[in-house]
Amino acid sequence: MIFLKRYLIPRLIQYILVIWLGITIVFLIPRLIPNDPVMRMISEMRARGSTLEPGAMDGIIRDLTEMYGLEGSWLDQYWAFWGRLFRGDFGVSFFNFPTRVNQLIATAMPWTLGLLLTTTAITTIVGNIVGGLAGYYSRKTWSRVLDAIAMVIRPLPYYIFAFSLLLLFASTLVFRWFPLTGGASLGALPSFTWPYIKNVLWHSFLPALSLTVLGGAVTFQTMKLIVQNVNAESYVQYAKLGGVTEGRIVGKYVIRNALLPQITGLALSLGQIFSGALITEIVFGYPGLGGLLYRAIVNGDYNLIMGITVFAIVGISTAMLIVDLTYPLFDPRVRYY
Amino acid sequence: MKILGDLFRDYRFIFSFIVLLVILILAILSIFSPYDPTLWNVVPRDMRPSAEYWLGTDSNGQDIFWQATFAIRNSLIISLIAGLVSRVIAILVGMVAGYVGGATDRILMFISDSLLVIPLFLVFVMLAMLVREHMNLVVLGLMLSLLTWPWDARLIRSMILSLREREFTKTAILSGTGTVRLVLNEYMPFTMPLIFSTLINNIGFAIGLEITLAIIGLVDLMTPTLGTMLNWALFYQSTFLGRWWWVLTPVVLSLFLFIALYWQSVSISEYLDPRTRIQRVGA
Repeated sequence: MIFLKRYLIPRLIQYILVIWLGITIVFLIPRLIPNDPVMRMISEMRARGSTLEPGAMDGIIRDLTEMYGLEGSWLDQYWAFWGRLFRGDFGVSFFNFPTRVNQLIATAMPWTLGLLLTTTAITTIVGNIVGGLAGYYSRKTWSRVLDAIAMVIRPLPYYIFAFSLLLLFASTLVFRWFPLTGGASLGALPSFTWPYIKNVLWHSFLPALSLTVLGGAVTFQTMKLIVQNVNAESYVQYAKLGGVTEGRIVGKYVIRNALLPQITGLALSLGQIFSGALITEIVFGYPGLGGLLYRAIVNGDYNLIMGITVFAIVGISTAMLIVDLTYPLFDPRVRYY
Repeated sequence: MKILGDLFRDYRFIFSFIVLLVILILAILSIFSPYDPTLWNVVPRDMRPSAEYWLGTDSNGQDIFWQATFAIRNSLIISLIAGLVSRVIAILVGMVAGYVGGATDRILMFISDSLLVIPLFLVFVMLAMLVREHMNLVVLGLMLSLLTWPWDARLIRSMILSLREREFTKTAILSGTGTVRLVLNEYMPFTMPLIFSTLINNIGFAIGLEITLAIIGLVDLMTPTLGTMLNWALFYQSTFLGRWWWVLTPVVLSLFLFIALYWQSVSISEYLDPRTRIQRVGA
C-alpha cells in the first residue's frame, strides 16, 4: 500500500500532467502567433501550388476553423480541442486530401516502432554491459580505446552522424553498400516471406546502425562513469578482500547498482531518442513517422504535424511511465518503502 | 598562466583549442570576403577546388570557401544567442527553484521535467512553420534557447540545494545578507564552472539543431549557415553528381566543430572540478 501511495500514484499523476501540459502547448502555439493560422495555412498550400477544387477548399477551411476551434472563447475552444483528441480525431491531411491523419500515422507507425524498439533495446543492453565492464576494467587498453571512440561520437547530432554514414556507405562518394533511401525496394509487396524481410533489414541497417551507435555511445559513457564511482564504494573493496570472484562482483554487485540511475536516465531521454529517430528517418527517407513528418513539413500540412506531435507526446509519456514502472523490479528498496 | 599550462597538458584541450581558433579565424575572415554572400552567379559554377577557388564553387555560382566563412559566422551567432539566453533562463529557474523551494520548486521542476519528455523537436517544427516568414538569425536563436534550458536548470538547482545547506549560508543570512546578494555574490561563483561547460555544450546543440531545421527547410535559406549550405548542396544532388567539395565542406566543418566544442567543455569542467563530469552526465 505504501508502495502504491509513494511510488505509483505520484507517477500516474505526473503522467497525466505531462500529457496535459504537452497538449496545452500544442493548443496554444497557433493561438500565440499573431496571424490567422487558417488563412496562413491556405496561403501556404496555394504557394506550394496545391490544386484543389473549390468545394474541397471550403471543406478544408471549415475543417481548419473547427480543428483550431476558432469560434467561441478560448475556454470553449480548449474544450472542443480536447473533445476531438479524445475521439482520436486529428482531422484530415491537406496534402493527401481525403485521407485522415490517423490513417497516415497508423501506416507509418510500425516502421518507427520497429526501428525504435530494436535500436533502444540493443543500445540499452549492449551499452550498459560494455560500459559496465569498461568502467570496472577502466585501466585496460580496450577500455580506453572504447572511451576515446565514445568521446568522438558522443557530441555528434543525429542529423550529422546519420548523414555521414550515408555519405560513407550509401552514396557514390565512397562505398555503395547500402540503399540510399526507403524502407524496402520499390514495388516490393509487404509479406512475411524471407526475401521481403531481408529487403527491409537491408534498408533498415544504416538507420538502425546510426541510432544504435549514437545511443550506445551515451549509454556506454554514463554507465562507465557510474561504475567507476560504484567501484570506489567500500562494499566493492570488501567483496574483493573477502575473495568473492570478480565475475560475481561485476555482475551481481557493481553493474546491478549502477543500472538504477541508468533506468531513470533512459526514461528521461526517451523524448530525445524519439526526436533522434525522426531525424534519422528523414536522412534515410525511411517510411516511418519521420518520413511522414518530412513530407508534412515540405507540403505545409499543419494538421498532420499536429497529429504526429500529439501522438508522440502521448506515446513518449506512456513509454516513460512503463520504464518507470519497471524500476521497482531492479530496485528492491522501492518495493519495501 | 598556470591554469592554461595545466589545461594544455590535456590532449583534448589542445585539439579543441586549435580547432576552435581556426574556426573563429574563418568566421572573422568573412569580413574580408570579396563576394556578397546573398548574390548568386558571382563566380563560374561547379568548379573543382583550385588555386583561385580554394574549396571550389557551387551550383549557385558562389565561392564555397567564402560562403563557408559566412556560414560559420552565422551559425556561431545563432548558437551564441541560443546558448546565452537559455543560460539566463536556466540560471533563473534553477536558482529560484533551488533557493525558494516548496511549491515554487515543484512547479518549476514539473515544467522543466515535462519539457524534457515532450518531443520539443516537433513543437519547434510547429512553431517554425507558423513564423517562417519572420525567421532570421535572432528569432531562430531565441527559439532555440527556449528548448535547451530544462536539463541545465535541473543541474543548477541541485547545486543550489546543496549550497543552501552549507554553513556559510547560515552565516551570511544571520549577518544580514539579502537574498539577491547572497545568491549573486556567494552562490554564483560556485555555479560558474557548471554554467560555462553547459554553455559550450549548448552552443554545440544549437548548431546541430539549426542544421536539422535547415535541412527540412524551416529556416531562411538565403542566409548562409552550416545548415543552409548543406541544404543547397543536397538540393542540387551534389552527392550523386560527385561534387564532394560542396557537400563535404559543411559536413567536415561541423564534425570538427561539434567534437571541439564537446572536448573543450569536458576538459575545462574536468579541470575545474572532477566531480562536475559526473554531474554533467546526470549520474
